[in-house]
Amino acid sequence: MTPLLQVEGVSKHYGAHLGCGDVTFTLWPGEVMGIVGESGSGKSTLLNCMAGHLAPDAGRVVFDTRMHGPRDTVTMTEAERRWLARTDWAFVHQNPRDGLRMNVSAGGNVGERLMAVGARHYGDIRAQAQDWLGRVEIDAGRMDERPRAFSGGMQQRLQIARNLVTGPRLVFMDEPTGGLDVSVQARLLDLLRGLVRKLGLSAVIVTHDLAVVRLLADRVMVMKDGRVVEQGLTDQVLDDPQHAYTQLLVSSVLQV
Amino acid sequence: MTAAVVHGAPSRRPPTHPLREGAQVTRMSAYNFAYLDEATKRMLRRAILKALAIPGYQVPFSSREMPMPYGWGTGGVQVTAACLVPEDTLKVIDQGADDTTNAVSIRKFFQRVADVAVTDHTTQASIIQTRHRIPETPLLEGQILVFQVPIPEPLRFLEPREVETRTMHALEDYGLMQVRLYEDIARHGEIARAYAYPVRVEGRYIMDPSPIPKFDNPKLDMSPAVQLFGAGRECRIYALPPFTRVESLDFDDYPFTATKAAGQSCAICASAVSYLDEVVTDDAGGRMFVCSDTDYCAARVAAKQGDAA
Amino acid sequence: MYVAVKGGERAIENAHGWLAQARRGDVSVPDLAVAQIREQMALAVDRVMAEGSLHDPDLAALALKQARGDVIEAVFLIRAFRTTLPRFGASVPVETGDMQIIRRISATYKDAPGGQVLGPTFDYTHRLLDFDLADGAAPAPAAEAPPTPGPVPHILSHLGAEGLMQSEHAPDPGGTHDVPDLTRAPLEFPAARPLRLQALTRADEGFLLSLAYSTQRGYGRNHAFVGELRIGYVRVSAHVPELGFEIEFAEILLTECETVNQFQGAKSEPAQFTRGYGLVFGQSERKAISMALVDRALRARELGEDIGDAPAQDEEFVLSHCDNIQSSGFLEHIKLPHYVDFQAELELIRKLRRNAAGLQDAAE
Repeated sequence: MTPLLQVEGVSKHYGAHLGCGDVTFTLWPGEVMGIVGESGSGKSTLLNCMAGHLAPDAGRVVFDTRMHGPRDTVTMTEAERRWLARTDWAFVHQNPRDGLRMNVSAGGNVGERLMAVGARHYGDIRAQAQDWLGRVEIDAGRMDERPRAFSGGMQQRLQIARNLVTGPRLVFMDEPTGGLDVSVQARLLDLLRGLVRKLGLSAVIVTHDLAVVRLLADRVMVMKDGRVVEQGLTDQVLDDPQHAYTQLLVSSVLQV
Repeated sequence: MTAAVVHGAPSRRPPTHPLREGAQVTRMSAYNFAYLDEATKRMLRRAILKALAIPGYQVPFSSREMPMPYGWGTGGVQVTAACLVPEDTLKVIDQGADDTTNAVSIRKFFQRVADVAVTDHTTQASIIQTRHRIPETPLLEGQILVFQVPIPEPLRFLEPREVETRTMHALEDYGLMQVRLYEDIARHGEIARAYAYPVRVEGRYIMDPSPIPKFDNPKLDMSPAVQLFGAGRECRIYALPPFTRVESLDFDDYPFTATKAAGQSCAICASAVSYLDEVVTDDAGGRMFVCSDTDYCAARVAAKQGDAA
Repeated sequence: MYVAVKGGERAIENAHGWLAQARRGDVSVPDLAVAQIREQMALAVDRVMAEGSLHDPDLAALALKQARGDVIEAVFLIRAFRTTLPRFGASVPVETGDMQIIRRISATYKDAPGGQVLGPTFDYTHRLLDFDLADGAAPAPAAEAPPTPGPVPHILSHLGAEGLMQSEHAPDPGGTHDVPDLTRAPLEFPAARPLRLQALTRADEGFLLSLAYSTQRGYGRNHAFVGELRIGYVRVSAHVPELGFEIEFAEILLTECETVNQFQGAKSEPAQFTRGYGLVFGQSERKAISMALVDRALRARELGEDIGDAPAQDEEFVLSHCDNIQSSGFLEHIKLPHYVDFQAELELIRKLRRNAAGLQDAAE
């Protein structure tokens, strides 16, 4: 089997400051990788390097494209990367305002990716948008409303629908439950777990919340000061942490 | 327009001072043919040729200050000036009419600086400069239609940043444009765009056809004439070479329709197929409809009178 | 039968005739000489030259007369004339350090070599209408003193000597070959600083003033001090390849402003002061200071500062809207007939209303 994503020696500096250093890992189809660490650990920098939002200083990010097999997305043209971004990839931002068009209706938000890849039948686009709104538990009656009027949890669910409607092969998520109330987080996590299982999604999820990793991720990578300090199967790492920093992370969660 | 002919040498006037050395220099005779110097016209012609080579692509050009305000057709005037030769016959219309004030003003400008023949008749013109209309009389091979364009960027009101819109064109990233049309149907039941209705050129670039009513959009498609678009203030030229495929954006189940005043015909020439202006005739709600294209209307009236005689 | 309205041509001619008469005003009042405008409305003339980007006080005065005192209209006349002039080349960069100073102030140093010179300024005048002026009173002769001999170095050069001021380097040291020309090449983004400065120096004074003010009120704040403001005469020369040496061909009045702005340092650079720069034709210090503040605000990205939503830091926003000839042209074009578009809009609104009414009927 070909890996879906191979990250090899990816580094990114901000001036003299290290964003992330020499990160290497492999993601297999159908696998969910969690990246944990506190803020400033470099996990978001790494995610943005993988998703093509930032250019790494060194390293390769090889993605198994539908048409041409494994390709290094770092050296691709911007046009190719953008095409990937609206077909095979999806990106769920922490703040739904960064991932939604706030002045476009919920239906239009979900339909945009369909139209971007050539859908031209209004009725079909609308039916698919409606189907996806249902899957993320948004009432069909609110389809023509703008997300401005939605609660934070609804906005986040809308963002997820907008990202998944074209059946992406790889989903990047940046703190998808951050900024939400605890009860809202639980519902969203539940929904995400259902979607991940049902669709067999491949995903990379960045979070500081070990509960998110425990629930969604098959494997986990722990980052500190831009470096990966430990990685392995989720249960293994969380139940039997080897690195002192991971032990600290796990114990601090248990104390809560 | 005949083949490229160069008129006179580039202006090499000495830098005499019009006030200190008598008021001779500012006389019109001191200006080059069609106002612009030859170097500027060459720059414009290069931009026009590039635009024709990449239909629908907006070519940046170094727009000059013209002696009329930006927004009043300086882009069209520069394009016309770059195309004009002394043998040309020029027609200028605004809102379809030859005698609207801006059309009169631009026509007079070219009579003054290029001394070319002018006409009201679409069939006799070799170059037609227009604002907001395409003539009703079908254009022919060899004719040039020059559009005045206020905002050349069809994505401008979706995305204000030039750097971003140019990238969207380059990468054919047009989902957002279609979203706008989707939103119209979701809210109004149809695409609520009456003019400057966006088109796709040869399946590639999305283009603003200038603020012509969408009634005129089908005339852009496979036209035998050369169609040039000039936006002076925004420094852009774009073009449709003859016989270019131009499709108005739509959805399969909400196809584009070229609409005009429903069920009306011209009160002067009785045409039921031309684009009509509504004229308010009294303050009690009385109104009538007449052709917006005055030449088309007059020709029909003349033909009828000819038949009657 | 209805007859379409004709006569646009005659209406235009008549309007122009009326305009000429209105411009002259009451003929029992003597006609205004161009020289009078040049000498007594000098700051208006300076502004027309700066925004028209053509240094010619006589033509600027004529434009003001023809424009009935409407400054933007006068700028427009100058621009339309300028565009037809042949271009022989670029001058050698002027040396403002050699300026024959008529005014020079610094808000950062109490005293500096060359001293502070107030010059002909409105500063410290009480803004009381002078009714004697209405009667044509001649001013008392002003006090005179011998000019300061030799060049007056820039005040910020003292900071530069200490390494506290970020140094500027010419994109093309010593040469004039690659000077960008806004009027010969289309403005494309992102624009380099030389091009930005070129756009700002001919930008609308009111627009720059408001933007500069907005930076001081917190929209892109950058802590500026007026390091130096100097007004005076500089010599303009050009290198003539055929002759193999430079010839001097003019002496012009310029206003130059350098602001000193704090800079916390970033990436590889230590904390130091940075500069905002303004240079304008004539005596135009409000414009020069505004330009320096806006220039510095536009450097936010280059210096790695936080970029918020401040308009003054947004290069596309500032450069696309700073030119008053472009702005007023587009603003005024909405006076032109839009019958056709309006008709299309009218039909659309009627149709949408019919659709809505149809839906309502169906619902009832």
